[in-house]
Amino acid sequence: MIPLSHYLILAAILFAISIVGIFLNRKNLIVLLMAIELMLLAVNLNFVAFSHYLNDLSGQIFVFFILVVAAAESGIGLAILVVLFRNLSSIDVEDLDTLKG
Amino acid sequence: MLNNFVMPDLYPAAPEIFLLLMSFLVLFVDLIFGATHRWMTAMLTVVTLLGCAAITLVTSDGQTTLTFSNMFVDDLLSDFLKLVTYLAVIMMLIYGRQYLADRGLDKGEFYLLVLYATLGMMVMISAASFLTMYLGLELMSLSLYGLVAIDRESRRGTEAAMKYFVLGALASGMLLYGMSMIYGATGSLELGSVAQAMYQGHSEKTVLVFGLVFVVAGVAFKLGMVPFHMWIPDVYHGAPTAVTMFIGSAPKLAAFAMALRLLVYGLFALAVDWQKMLLIMAVLSIGLGNLAAIAQTNIKRMLAYSAISHMGYMVLGLMSGLVGGQLDPFTAVNAYSSALYYTVAYVLMSLGAFGMVLLLSRAGYEAENLEDFKGLNKRSPWFAAMMLIMMFSMAGIPFFVGFFAKFAVLLAAIKAGYTAVAVIAVMFSLIGAFYYLRVVKLMYFDTPVDSAPITAGLDLRVLLSLNGLAVAGFGLFPDSLMLVCTTALMRSL
Repeated sequence: MIPLSHYLILAAILFAISIVGIFLNRKNLIVLLMAIELMLLAVNLNFVAFSHYLNDLSGQIFVFFILVVAAAESGIGLAILVVLFRNLSSIDVEDLDTLKG
Repeated sequence: MLNNFVMPDLYPAAPEIFLLLMSFLVLFVDLIFGATHRWMTAMLTVVTLLGCAAITLVTSDGQTTLTFSNMFVDDLLSDFLKLVTYLAVIMMLIYGRQYLADRGLDKGEFYLLVLYATLGMMVMISAASFLTMYLGLELMSLSLYGLVAIDRESRRGTEAAMKYFVLGALASGMLLYGMSMIYGATGSLELGSVAQAMYQGHSEKTVLVFGLVFVVAGVAFKLGMVPFHMWIPDVYHGAPTAVTMFIGSAPKLAAFAMALRLLVYGLFALAVDWQKMLLIMAVLSIGLGNLAAIAQTNIKRMLAYSAISHMGYMVLGLMSGLVGGQLDPFTAVNAYSSALYYTVAYVLMSLGAFGMVLLLSRAGYEAENLEDFKGLNKRSPWFAAMMLIMMFSMAGIPFFVGFFAKFAVLLAAIKAGYTAVAVIAVMFSLIGAFYYLRVVKLMYFDTPVDSAPITAGLDLRVLLSLNGLAVAGFGLFPDSLMLVCTTALMRSL
């Protein structure tokens, strides 16, 4: 049987990759959306692993909700991306510079 | 087993259910009459919120009721926060009516997104489990992303929406990761059981603190605290002013509720740890918010940095509940109610300040620079006085509501032994007074750049006057609001 820690380490690695992806990516907004998806999937892995080892179903139910919300989230993200592309004619992260934050 | 299914008690969630059903009606009415009679959609939205307020008042019995398998809580605190939320949303709709109509933004989507964002806030306020908290948060955030981008032709608006979306999604991812860790350590998603499991001490402390860091980061993002504040100036600046007003008011209440429910109801066993994290973030927010606001020439950006510093002050109250590892219920209630009082006072002031920006804007003209306030006293002495009240109150000058709010949180911080922090906070509020008073100076001592008459409608003028008088009035009688806050917390903790 695979110990719990293996799952947790894998999820942590995926989570770290997605965070790095969000901060280091300077080129493409779609890659950013992919990184966000990956982050939510890492969390799902965590929940499922814990749920299995705790013998408690609620974690897996949470995963269903996260999946649904992630779908809605990428829907909104892509919609904003389309509107942004119409205004900017580009999806480069570096072109997001009208507002200095 | 399916036959074990018990119908949950729907009564405590009556306002949420009413809002959801009414939103379908709003959708339907907008579909049929929207093209010609948009006012019907707007009216129905306001009626919906008034109906929610009536239901919340009628069903409020001061008892703490849990329903939906302990995932949803209805207590005095949630009733109070929901009532203030309805009020803030209704005020935003009235303030923004003319502004949105002038720019062709009063589409049906606007009202629906506002309603769903409100529903999300209500769920957050009443959340008693990680699951409901997450769902409420996402419902609110997804609607807000859409609202920021409601002006599809605006480059600034869509860019702000994209930044808000990416950082918001990052924050909810972090929050979820933290929740999964705490779930793993305690074996439950319900805040009550999580707290119980921690007190019994079976859970691994390292895992809990690891999860806590991520949860606090997620909460800090929603409150807009340094170092998770990057989205606030851009979103406040880029969004249409009416939407900025919405983001700057009601969601702060929901974020406060989120912080209180997650940290105090759920993770109080780790209070010593999260108080330290909040302390650092509060000091940084107060410092950076006040310093950066000085450099701004755009009033929306200035108010954004001011929001960052105000949330820092609010958190001073939130982190003062547990003194030296010893729980004294009286001190704790005092500290949390000072934070609640601060949030409510801030929402009132923020609505008024953005109301002024909306008052001076007109079709084809955005009064969003500090210059637009020059010589306002000559154009309209009454509204210059209203802005003066807002700015004095935000700066924390005595006998306005903002002063008593600051006083309450600083007192709580001193009682908890954070005297040095309170001194730093006062120093920075003196620095902060500079940029609030600069607006007053521009209004009273400079010659107008923009001398067009103020064309705002009667509804906006009356509401803004009432808002200004409320800020002044609550300052003259601070006890009434404070008493409500304390009672709400005492009966709910």
